[in-house]
Amino acid sequence: MIRIGDAPAVRRVLIGTALVLTALFLLLPLVAIFAQALMSGLDVYWQNLSDQYTLAAIGLTLLVTLATVPINLVFGVFLAWLVTRFDFPGRRLLQTLIDIPFAVSPVVAGLVYLLLYGRNGWLGGWLDAHDIQIMFAWPGIVLATIFVTCPFVARELIPLMQAQGAREEEAAVTLGASGWTIFRRVTLPKIRHALFYGVILTNARAVGEFGAVSVVAGAIRGETNTLPLQVEQLYQDYNTVGAFTSASLLALLALLALLTLAAKAALEWRAARRENAS
Amino acid sequence: MSIRIANIAKTYGRPGRGRTRALEPIDLDIHDGELIGLLGPSGSGKTTLLRIVAGLEQADSGTIHFAERDVTNVHVRDRRIGFVFQHYALFRHMSVYDNVAFGLNALPRRERPSSAEIRSRVMQLLEMVRLQAFAERFPAQLSGGQQQRVALARALALKPDVLLLDEPFGALDAKVRQELRRWLRHLHEELHFTSLFVTHDQEEALELSDRVVVMSDGRIEQVDTPDALYRQPANRFVFEFLGDVNRLEGDVRDETLTCGEARLAVPGMPDGRHELLLRPHEIHLSERDDARAHLPVSVSAVVPVGAEVRLELEADWLGEPWLASVGHETFERLDAKRGKRLFAHPVRLHRFDAERPQTLSPVCAS
Repeated sequence: MIRIGDAPAVRRVLIGTALVLTALFLLLPLVAIFAQALMSGLDVYWQNLSDQYTLAAIGLTLLVTLATVPINLVFGVFLAWLVTRFDFPGRRLLQTLIDIPFAVSPVVAGLVYLLLYGRNGWLGGWLDAHDIQIMFAWPGIVLATIFVTCPFVARELIPLMQAQGAREEEAAVTLGASGWTIFRRVTLPKIRHALFYGVILTNARAVGEFGAVSVVAGAIRGETNTLPLQVEQLYQDYNTVGAFTSASLLALLALLALLTLAAKAALEWRAARRENAS
Repeated sequence: MSIRIANIAKTYGRPGRGRTRALEPIDLDIHDGELIGLLGPSGSGKTTLLRIVAGLEQADSGTIHFAERDVTNVHVRDRRIGFVFQHYALFRHMSVYDNVAFGLNALPRRERPSSAEIRSRVMQLLEMVRLQAFAERFPAQLSGGQQQRVALARALALKPDVLLLDEPFGALDAKVRQELRRWLRHLHEELHFTSLFVTHDQEEALELSDRVVVMSDGRIEQVDTPDALYRQPANRFVFEFLGDVNRLEGDVRDETLTCGEARLAVPGMPDGRHELLLRPHEIHLSERDDARAHLPVSVSAVVPVGAEVRLELEADWLGEPWLASVGHETFERLDAKRGKRLFAHPVRLHRFDAERPQTLSPVCAS
């Protein structure tokens, strides 16, 4: 009996197609970015990179990411724990709500935040009276980024934790362990790979988010421009090399994430091989 | 340590949605040092009861006492129980050693033994379960039987007063299961903890327990020693659950039961339609009928199992085939191969449609 894909010709065609498509759609654009950025030589690249507005954008992007990732890490673990370990009215609804940021267009999300916290928004008056500025400042960007990236960690953890069940935690509690000990010594080691993956995805998205941030940031050069906004603005100014220089930085960050993923896969592969070997 | 379960009831689900009654109010007294088997089909509430005793689940009502201590509202972690799960629930990312040491390491600092003491205690436990050589292995590298032994060592590490086991051998193959059973019995005699285990395997319950609690539909049907349970089942459910059962249904007139061409003298039985039950070993087979019994059957299958031979018997007057177990000697004497026509003579019959269970002995085995 020959299964589909068993014939050598079919297999070769399938693998070939996959490789070509990957190269065409994923690899080529990446190469193009660096080619464009380095078009006028390393000097110009470096000059563009050390432009004060670009540096400010890098700083802001790092700040937003540093604020977003830990918050969503804690929030995601908490949510996954809640949804997989407890049964309460509204559990299914909550599970659906987690996906809202995926379902809603980021621009719409940004607009909603504007509606809530903007000067004429529902909370805007109160915030204004207390001299707290959220919109068109970094807190607004952080809020919008948190919204957009909050499902990643929970989405990674929930299926895994559901599949793993709570037996090991139950065993730990019958052995007298406290809640914190159970989390630290039993739950966390079980979910750490998925958690790591969720964090990388959150991080990648936080760095690269454009839509929601562009609405709430107001694009004040050197102040509320994150890297993606900066790329767009430079491009609008016909500074192609500058735009691609910033873009190459984003691409580098993406590559970094990919490399971490690859490292993780390699580690897991080695661990699996070690277990099988003995 | 004795366990007193009083009036424990449990319902699953939320009001307004499909609620299932998992446990009717249940009372059960377990003596100090007893080994008790909770036996019942799946969905009978035995695991729920075990988990409530452990504190892993909360009862809707009722109380649980360990000796004089009311533990009804005591958290699992403070109940001083050991719990063994069906699928071992070992910490998969920890070595065997760390698994067993977990409970000791989780003790609050002032109660925790020194690391040297922990080490010697863990090694002693591993020696007890004959797994010293595997201390540095990970659970995934062990067989099912070995994993369950690690789980037992882990549960015993804190010297619990009460050991609770949820289908401890359910996931293992027959031979390993037999071995572990004997070993648990031995361990129990040595260490004298009170223990409660759940099983759906009657053989396991009867072999291992001092007393067996038979459950169905969230109720306790009978609590008795294995011997009493087998000889004096309280009702039809217990009788049927504890072993293979053959049915004989027919009309009784003038103390004779008829069913198609079959006839059987049933002294003392009132007229009317009746159902009688008998175990495979309560059937005597011969090549002739007699005045008391005319039950012609033919052999439809022969299965030699250990010391006995199981015969499947068919007849037009039988709804479903009977199962009879005979010794090898009888089997050879009767030449009971497939298709052979024989006559059945019930040695003992059980009747559960009366007010109290009755046992009849219509034929003296010749």
